Amino acid sequence: MTPLEPRGPVIAEGSPLGSLVTLPGAGGEVSETVTVHRSQWELFRRRFMRHRMALISIGVLVLLFVLCFGADIFAPYEATRTGVPQDLLLGPVGPSGAHWFGTDELGRDVLSRILYAGQISLKIGLAVALLSTLVGTVVGAVAGYMGRAVDQGLMRLTDLFLIVPQIAILAIALRVFGYKDITVILVLAGVFWMYEARVVRGQILSLKEKEFIEAARASGASSTRIVVKHLLPNVIGPIMVNATLSVALAIITESTLSFLGFGVQPPKTSWGNMLSNAAGYVGTPRAYLLYFPGLAILLTVLAVNYLGDGLRDAFDPQSSH
Amino acid sequence: MSDAPLLEVDDLRVEFTTDDGIVTAVDGISFTVEDHEVLGVVGESGSGKTVTALAILGLLPKKTTVTGSAKWRGRELIGLGDKELQPLRGEEIAIVFQDALASFNPVFTIGSQIGEAIEVHHEIASKDRDERVVELLDLVGIPNPRQRADQYPHEFSGGMRQRAMIAMALANDPALLIADEPTTALDVTLQAQVLEVLERIQARTRSSIMLITHDLGVVAGIADRIAVMYAGRHIETGPVDQIFYEPRHPYTLGLLASLPRLDRKTHGQKLYRITGQPPSLIERPPGCTFHPRCEFARLPEPCATVVPALEEVDPSHRAACHFSEGLVGLTPERLREGQRA
Amino acid sequence: MLTYVARRVLYSIPVLLVASFLLFVFVRATFDPTVKLRASRDPQAVQRERERLGLDKPVPEQFVKWLGDFVQGDFGHSERTRESVSTMIVRALGYTVQLIFWGVVVSAIIAIAIGVYSASRQYSKLDYTFTGLAFLGLAMPPFWFGLLAMQLLSSGPKQWFGLSEPIFPTIGLHSPGESGINLDYLRHLVLPVMTLTVQIIASWSRYQRASMLDVMSSDYIRTARAKGVPQRRVVFKHGLRNALIPLVTVMSLDIGAVFGGLIITEKIFSVPGMGRLFFDSLLYGDIITLEAWFVVSALFIILFNLIADVLYGVLDPRVRLA
Repeated sequence: MTPLEPRGPVIAEGSPLGSLVTLPGAGGEVSETVTVHRSQWELFRRRFMRHRMALISIGVLVLLFVLCFGADIFAPYEATRTGVPQDLLLGPVGPSGAHWFGTDELGRDVLSRILYAGQISLKIGLAVALLSTLVGTVVGAVAGYMGRAVDQGLMRLTDLFLIVPQIAILAIALRVFGYKDITVILVLAGVFWMYEARVVRGQILSLKEKEFIEAARASGASSTRIVVKHLLPNVIGPIMVNATLSVALAIITESTLSFLGFGVQPPKTSWGNMLSNAAGYVGTPRAYLLYFPGLAILLTVLAVNYLGDGLRDAFDPQSSH
Repeated sequence: MSDAPLLEVDDLRVEFTTDDGIVTAVDGISFTVEDHEVLGVVGESGSGKTVTALAILGLLPKKTTVTGSAKWRGRELIGLGDKELQPLRGEEIAIVFQDALASFNPVFTIGSQIGEAIEVHHEIASKDRDERVVELLDLVGIPNPRQRADQYPHEFSGGMRQRAMIAMALANDPALLIADEPTTALDVTLQAQVLEVLERIQARTRSSIMLITHDLGVVAGIADRIAVMYAGRHIETGPVDQIFYEPRHPYTLGLLASLPRLDRKTHGQKLYRITGQPPSLIERPPGCTFHPRCEFARLPEPCATVVPALEEVDPSHRAACHFSEGLVGLTPERLREGQRA
Repeated sequence: MLTYVARRVLYSIPVLLVASFLLFVFVRATFDPTVKLRASRDPQAVQRERERLGLDKPVPEQFVKWLGDFVQGDFGHSERTRESVSTMIVRALGYTVQLIFWGVVVSAIIAIAIGVYSASRQYSKLDYTFTGLAFLGLAMPPFWFGLLAMQLLSSGPKQWFGLSEPIFPTIGLHSPGESGINLDYLRHLVLPVMTLTVQIIASWSRYQRASMLDVMSSDYIRTARAKGVPQRRVVFKHGLRNALIPLVTVMSLDIGAVFGGLIITEKIFSVPGMGRLFFDSLLYGDIITLEAWFVVSALFIILFNLIADVLYGVLDPRVRLA
């Protein structure tokens, strides 16, 4: 392939002294090798720092985490056992100086509720990503490296999941296992790991034929050692990118399930079930209840996706279209 | 037709901006191509041969900076837009690309792609167009051209594809055919066949050919003149015999010495190797760009400080070396022996 | 071409069989329709109900019987409505097919247009705008987008401008007494189709842009330009034709997600389609309907994948002739 457009430098693998920076040129003609003493990490960092949206996103995410998990300190209204103090006499009022995002039908401050609900939404997002990445990486690595039965099993299983509407399976599973946050996490991770596994499998499959793996095999390294020492470090990029994106996917999916009535149940609050509650107010003067929890999801997912985008560009400059 | 040469390139310069700096792919080259002439352009990959060809036809990416001049029958091409260049492309100047598999569109038949080359320049009935396609395929020696025209690129063998590529370039009888490494992707036997096709066509149509290659052996039999490129510059130009028998630049000499020869006994001699790597096009070596690899360089003065000009060493033979006089009489064999010792 | 299609069809049959078996087991294992009878004073009630539903037999035997009935078009009777499940599903599919058809057509056209534009004017203002919108579209839960659209494009304007009826109705696909393809239908379609497609358009347009950029930097595009083909024709004939090939793959992979999106869309806009049917059956624990629902959905998705495969073969001679 001869790209017509000069792109960023490509890192050549396995040069201990300094990586080779190759400039893919126009018409395959300006291919030129320059030795530059730069570590992979430094290249990664340099490219990541150039992704402005990803840097802003990190800031936004840190802020969100601090505000949500420090809700006891930052929330304008104190929490009670059920979450946030109620003021039934106040009832629902629109956004004002006292209640920036207004109050809901029970007189609860929406901003405070969003911060507390964020704890659950973020926790679910992170836990699902972590769990599915762990399981997915292990299964994917085994499938990709060992092949045969595990690989066939994985591929057929994912084939099956592709022909069934996923949200339907998730809804049924949650209806059966109950709507606690731990079951939400397990059920979501129970489906999401397959995406991770497919990604890791694909990467491992293509890497395993490379010369440096042949070399390791020839020098007598055990399979486990090859996978852990040689293969996984080389697929860490796609794994991390996918893990990041599955945080976003988990938050969106949880909110969707909550909206349908199959997610976290009151008195526990997630952004999804705040919205589920607000859905009844479309077309009424209380439509403002619809805006803020949705914006919280939008902001979080947007930041996570931009972060993933930045990671992808930094790991693999070729993909940065 | 005016008296101006077919193609006259003057101080052509091509620069790409990359993350690591500005790449000067072509660094101020000048040359002409006359009517009915075959010009061989020789150099390692990265020396700017292909970029030169693409720059002339405005086929480089938009972000590329092209300066200098390239006149086609006296008309300036550099700076023209796609619209003005289109009538020229494929009609007067046609290119045969290196990798025919990648250069044919995989989803259209060979015949339709050749037909399109005619169609975009001429009003032609589809029946006549199809006849012309068959005729062209036949001309480049493709058997069963009528059936072959309806096949897709992936159904052709490598050599066949390259011939079809040549047929497509010939579709409108161009005045200049630029063949960019037309044989590089092929086996040695196929290389010879494709070269033979080119020669036959040149003899028949009398069109000019600019044959770009990294292999001096390829141009030996077919070119009238040769331009040797190194790191974006012409370092030696001249008639084919003078380049082969009286090279006046150490790089040319090195290329000749590294050429396996079947016509002379070499007594199991090892082939010559030009040591080192081609230079970075971002930070090119000062002075003569070839000096870090040159066996004859006098350092630091003048080779690492002064850029040698491309000067006439014989009538119509030019070389860019401070010591081109000193190379008189030096043969590739001597160079080989020197490296063995 | 014919053998290629035949091969795809043959491959889908075992997949569908295995999928229906697993779904059958999944549904039977998760729901016990006799739970509500436990409290019955008649100690035989549960047992009688189990026998009536065939639950006393081993699961494989249940499946074979069910499958036999299914292929003959007998999907059983709904526990919830006592109606024939096949009638219910056919009725629901009528609505769902309309939404999917418009959803896929609208998504594909918009995504291709955006993708082609963004790729040919890379880094232009509009390209950046489309990129930003795509990120927003991907980050937005579709149900929230649907509710917002309802509030801001339907209920909102109705109140603000004091209209007698909303510009875009939010219930069903027709007003009462209306039918056929008319203005009323199109007005009803706008919001559900928007909700169904927002994420899809965002994702496909990004994909189309990337694939178009990739194609436009390939050698054969350079060849086309080198032989004097005008830029428009290079983009639309040589570029687009090749860039559609990977998009077709993505479209076929995403159709399951589109189907899932129906559950949300149909709930928000009260469309009595497959999504709605699933939702109601799930809440009731109507296993007979759920089983048929899953298998019909899988059939539908496989059929769509098959269409995509054929399209793929039409677009790419290398696949067709392999």
